[in-house]
Amino acid sequence: MAVRPKKRRVLMKTAKTATQNACKLCNPLGACLAFKGIERCVPFLHGSQGCATYIRRYFIGHFKEPVDIASSNFNEDTAVFGGSHNLKLGLQNVTRQYKPEIIGIATTCLSETIGDDVDMILRGYTCTAGLDQPSPLMIHASTPSYHGSHIDGFHAAMRATVEKLAEGGPKQNLLNLFPNMVSPSDLRHMKEILKDFNIPYVMLPDYSETLDGGPWEEYHRIPKGGTPLNAICKTGRAAGSIEFTSILPAEKSPAGYLDEKFGVPRYQRCLPIGIRQSDGLFALLEKLSEAPMPEKYADERRRLVDAYADGHKYVFGKKAIVYGEEDLVIAITGFLREIGIIPVLCASGGKSRLMKKRLAELVPDLDGLGIKVRDGVDFVDIEEEVKTLKPDLLIGNSKGFTMSRKNSIPFIRIGFPIHDRFGGQRLHHLGYRGTQELFDRIVNTIIEYRQNSSPVGYTYM
Amino acid sequence: MDKLEILEGRKQQVYEKTKEAEAFDIKCETTSLSGSVSQRACVFCGSRVVLYPVADALHLVHGPIGCAAYTWDIRGALSSGPELHRLSFSTDLKEMDVIYGGEKKLLASIIELVDQYSPKAAFIYSTCIIGLIGDDIDAVCKKAAKETGIPVLPVHSEGFKGTKKDGYKAACDALMKIVGTGSIEGISKYSINILGEFNLAGEAWIIKDYYEQMGIEVVSTMTGDGRIDDICRSHGASLNIVQCSGSMIRQAKMMEEKYGIPYLRVSYFGIEDMSKALYDVAKHFSDNPAILDAAKKLVSREVSELYPQLLKFRNALSGKKAAIYVGGAFKAFSLIKALASIGVDVVMAGSQTGNSDDYAGLKEMCDEGTVIVDDSNPVELSKFILEKEADLLIGGVKERPIAYKLGVGFCDHNHERKIPLAGFVGMLNFAKEVYQSVMSPVWQFAPRKGGFS
Repeated sequence: MAVRPKKRRVLMKTAKTATQNACKLCNPLGACLAFKGIERCVPFLHGSQGCATYIRRYFIGHFKEPVDIASSNFNEDTAVFGGSHNLKLGLQNVTRQYKPEIIGIATTCLSETIGDDVDMILRGYTCTAGLDQPSPLMIHASTPSYHGSHIDGFHAAMRATVEKLAEGGPKQNLLNLFPNMVSPSDLRHMKEILKDFNIPYVMLPDYSETLDGGPWEEYHRIPKGGTPLNAICKTGRAAGSIEFTSILPAEKSPAGYLDEKFGVPRYQRCLPIGIRQSDGLFALLEKLSEAPMPEKYADERRRLVDAYADGHKYVFGKKAIVYGEEDLVIAITGFLREIGIIPVLCASGGKSRLMKKRLAELVPDLDGLGIKVRDGVDFVDIEEEVKTLKPDLLIGNSKGFTMSRKNSIPFIRIGFPIHDRFGGQRLHHLGYRGTQELFDRIVNTIIEYRQNSSPVGYTYM
Repeated sequence: MDKLEILEGRKQQVYEKTKEAEAFDIKCETTSLSGSVSQRACVFCGSRVVLYPVADALHLVHGPIGCAAYTWDIRGALSSGPELHRLSFSTDLKEMDVIYGGEKKLLASIIELVDQYSPKAAFIYSTCIIGLIGDDIDAVCKKAAKETGIPVLPVHSEGFKGTKKDGYKAACDALMKIVGTGSIEGISKYSINILGEFNLAGEAWIIKDYYEQMGIEVVSTMTGDGRIDDICRSHGASLNIVQCSGSMIRQAKMMEEKYGIPYLRVSYFGIEDMSKALYDVAKHFSDNPAILDAAKKLVSREVSELYPQLLKFRNALSGKKAAIYVGGAFKAFSLIKALASIGVDVVMAGSQTGNSDDYAGLKEMCDEGTVIVDDSNPVELSKFILEKEADLLIGGVKERPIAYKLGVGFCDHNHERKIPLAGFVGMLNFAKEVYQSVMSPVWQFAPRKGGFS
């Protein structure tokens, strides 16, 4: 074996080149998740077999549900001569086996790089040949994994969906909700709120049932649930769209498209986590529905305010590191500031370049409080910060477990993926109710840590 | 629901053993049918699973972020020392890299990571896109090896260039580059390499311990709890024993050709196969009767301890039916035998990557009415499970929710298992796990058992 030369011939940059323990997933994963939220839709990855299988496995770890994602299964010939044949064969087979109404096609780095023009291949293509069923509708989202991260794929899929399906016409008493990448439990809660306000709505996507449903007597090729196709068509005639994001630019947003194309007003809101942001959402719903907030939610708010009081001393002044998708990090940061926790680092693998700006709007004295904001980071970057910032809490998805264990820092699991705890799909983050659950978990995590690390063995905390 | 038709392009890959169908030859070792929702992964996955457990090597995935992100700490392959394999490294290629090439970024990444983690070697996996943009990873690896002074081994695992099996080949080719580079001084005449054992839940340790009790030196395990130095000197062993033959039989064959080391195929699942794995090795070293004596003693001790404990499970499970869907078909043989020993019948046996010999063997072994299937998918699997009224499915993570949704017990015989299923102790664990899942009272609420749907 050669001896390591003393002097390098290759000059090294000072900045880190490789990504180590990524704090993001790839673009097609987000698209598949979003497509799972459309009724009778099968996600289809135009690329290698592995992409579909890895992503399925990843979802199953979190949702504990069958997640069928088809693949056009590229081989060497496909890569050389183009994916048209495989794509069509795949669509035929999916149609035959699943009888979908919609096939949500996302293009991986492979098909994107060889330059397959999926829209052109699909133009005028119907896959009814020899079948006794209508051709499914094809929606195509461009999601090369060398571009952005999973959250971009999520939004791209929903943007492509409304671009394909939304129709104009006279305005209706209808509200669109684009909830962002939240848990099935959160989605159910949002639907409950809109129902309680008596607002007719279309929520897109809605995987609250497809990825968190009941037992089956026989295999459901496509699990029931999801936003119906005809509902999506109506989004162009809605009175408004609410979207839970503060970083998604209009040109990438489904709500932005509906605004530009059909003049459906777009209300961009931070994910409703914490009292202030939930208040903002309920105020907007009151305005749009011209009805007061149902008493049930006023009660939830009262209980939450009361809980804040009961628990405030446990959490005040505690330092937390928050990581995940930028929108989630922004919303959690706002919430943490309400309860006196200092988010010493707000980190994301995403890179919209807007996170810091949005955080500064939400938290007036970012720098004064010593709140660091870093985008485009990986877990090695975050762990380095752990060493100097010495936080009391880590808040994020399961990927932070090792860092929490190594540095003995209490860990609150939120978001996606949760693959080392049970019930990740039922974790609740949004609204007063979701905030209550988050607050309880944070307080209890701190109490548990104090109780376990005290030699006294306190039985009252 | 309407009756399920097997897709036209897949009919040759499904076989039900009946008298009339004796002459049927299953089609296998082909790429998956487009749109069939195969349970398989890709070439990269094949390489990644084989090399993953090498604990003191750097595993750098050259490509966009997905492939590295989805394989971060994905397997329960334990290490007794360094744990570099549990980290995830990617060149995280972006649009500009795809346009202008990723070679510079790759070289810089290798050097930077080797500096930071001081690995004994580096495996550089190429992903789909590398096969398209034409990065010369061999040249970059050569240069990086020169710069860093450690072996930097390219793994040609572009996802679309074949099936998972081709990934196994690429992994073995990478390993062969370092086999033969270490000193073989002091290696016993009675020595083996354990191939195709990945130390999930510490299984390689159990197996290694058995062989050591027999007076046999284990030079290397490939790749469970694997170390680069051990692999470098593995050509000094007298015998290779190969489990999971699909993934590492190629390695054994190449080592036989190049170094004259014979190999044996073995399996460590179930009493019968585990005992055979020990006896076969003892017989190979027949010039030393002490080894066979020790093997006999070991097997008799373990079996006499295990047998009465298994009876309890056998009584409870007798007559239950199992469906098996695993990666490599060789494992299915052992599982059929192991299940038989606890009274469970097999009604379906399938694999992702079996070959025609494997399927011929399965056909031989299985009872009439058993479904044998290659490269199946959720729709088919659920059809067979329901039609054959299985009480249990044995598979991996992707098969688990299919079983649970339908109210069927499940045993994970794949990467995620945390409890060893190999060896004699593993057989007991296996029986326990099957028992716990099949006998659970929760199934009373499943729709197929009359529960509310």
